[in-house]
Amino acid sequence: MQSFLEIFDIYLLEAMVNGILLGGLLALLALGLNLIFGVIDVTWICYAELVMIGMYGMYFLVQYYGLSYYVAAPLAIVLVAILGALLHYLVIAPLLSAAPINQLLATGGVLFVLQSFATVAFGVDFRNLGIRLPVLAFADMHFSYSRLLAFGAALIGMVVVYFFMTRTYTGTAIRAISQDRQIMALMGVDTKKIYLITSALGGALAGLAACLLVLQYDVHPFVGLSFGPITFLICVLGGLGNFVGGFVAAFVFAEIISLGGLFSDLEWGYVLAFGFFIVMMFVRPNGLLAKRS
Amino acid sequence: MLELKSLDAGYGSFQALFGVNLEVKAGEAVGVIGPNGAGKTTLMRVISGLIRPTRGTIAMEGTDVVATPAHLIVGLGIAHVPENRRLFPRLTVEDNLKMGAYMPKARAKFAERLEVVFDLFPRMKERRHQMAGTMSGGEQQMCAIGRALMSDPKLLLLDEPSAGLAPVVVQQVFELVRRIRSGGLTVLIVEQNVQQVLKVVDRAYLLEAGTIRATGSAQEMLASDLVKQAYLGV
Repeated sequence: MQSFLEIFDIYLLEAMVNGILLGGLLALLALGLNLIFGVIDVTWICYAELVMIGMYGMYFLVQYYGLSYYVAAPLAIVLVAILGALLHYLVIAPLLSAAPINQLLATGGVLFVLQSFATVAFGVDFRNLGIRLPVLAFADMHFSYSRLLAFGAALIGMVVVYFFMTRTYTGTAIRAISQDRQIMALMGVDTKKIYLITSALGGALAGLAACLLVLQYDVHPFVGLSFGPITFLICVLGGLGNFVGGFVAAFVFAEIISLGGLFSDLEWGYVLAFGFFIVMMFVRPNGLLAKRS
Repeated sequence: MLELKSLDAGYGSFQALFGVNLEVKAGEAVGVIGPNGAGKTTLMRVISGLIRPTRGTIAMEGTDVVATPAHLIVGLGIAHVPENRRLFPRLTVEDNLKMGAYMPKARAKFAERLEVVFDLFPRMKERRHQMAGTMSGGEQQMCAIGRALMSDPKLLLLDEPSAGLAPVVVQQVFELVRRIRSGGLTVLIVEQNVQQVLKVVDRAYLLEAGTIRATGSAQEMLASDLVKQAYLGV
């Protein structure tokens, strides 16, 4: 085993595995955003800020109320799910038939409201859970347990969503609604209810992502900026609303960031990823998996 | 079973129906014929709640349809096969049929209804895992009718089932309507294919410019000068 691994550059392998681990988390983030866009045809500009609120939720539940991580996580997921449903009910629903630019401005406004709210309520300090998970050493490579846990949980979350979407009546209606909104009533489907359920589901995914991110990153009011833009780029690269495309794009992006970071600084990994995005927008403007017309 | 009284309806400021009176009795097959833009599709959409009347009443077995939320009207036993079929193209045939059985009452009987639909359309059983959008027009029409039958309706609304289909397939569709009828289902069918539709219905209404111009048994309508001149090219 040892001699076999020596053929490869051990650091390259480590970076690739870390890229895959990051990809799982990015894919989870992209899935939530894609779900909302694909079903409701609205882009939640404030998606990463929902994650930020979820991270604060985790922080207070664990540090302030002294709950264990595994008890706090489901509560935080429910909290962000409710927030997602509220966002739809209060902001999106009244604007459903408005021009797309107005919807963007409204959710963009929510972004600033949430950032300002967090600044006023929690201050600008960087906070963390104070949980230090060990590092797994395997054949001279090092992987943090928090990343492994995040990858595993993200994957499980996505599989659960997959089964929900394909096996249940509600999930089938969620897939159907974007294909023909007008006739849903003929099927006996209350579209308002489906939109609300979808928004809660999108919120729950943001909540799950928050639980996993808070293990690796400190939370502060502007933490959304460090993964919000990249989530949007992944969704656009995969083709907005295309679940499979978003999944693939998340791993492509994560590998570029991780491998780019190996050969240079981590920041250069991001530069490479964003450069790749710009090139792909010219080559495949409708997304990685779009069929050539 | 279904009773429409002095019904007005339209889109925004455009009025499409003017004082329409129409009745469908249990077990009947009733046709609505008329030219393009006469308001036939509007009539269907008003019955199934996709648009709301500005005046008049609709009663389904005594229940006020106008006061029923659109997504609950299918629960009254009204299933609507819309114009142009309107399947979910990127869902499988089976998922399309599943959507037809969405309401709780129908979910409980899903397996039983699926059997009925597959019996009627063996082709749908073969294609159950195929994306609905990849099928031929005739197969899509079968799937759309099957989807409506999944809700175990009392009244089936068919909007131009023969539109855009090859002549041979049109024959098959009307043959199907005849079979569905003989199963005891009440049918209200809108068609431009006057000659064909008058062969399968008991009675018909002639709708022109949003008003009922004539009504009578299928034989009377076939013999009527008004219908003959305008639609049968005699």
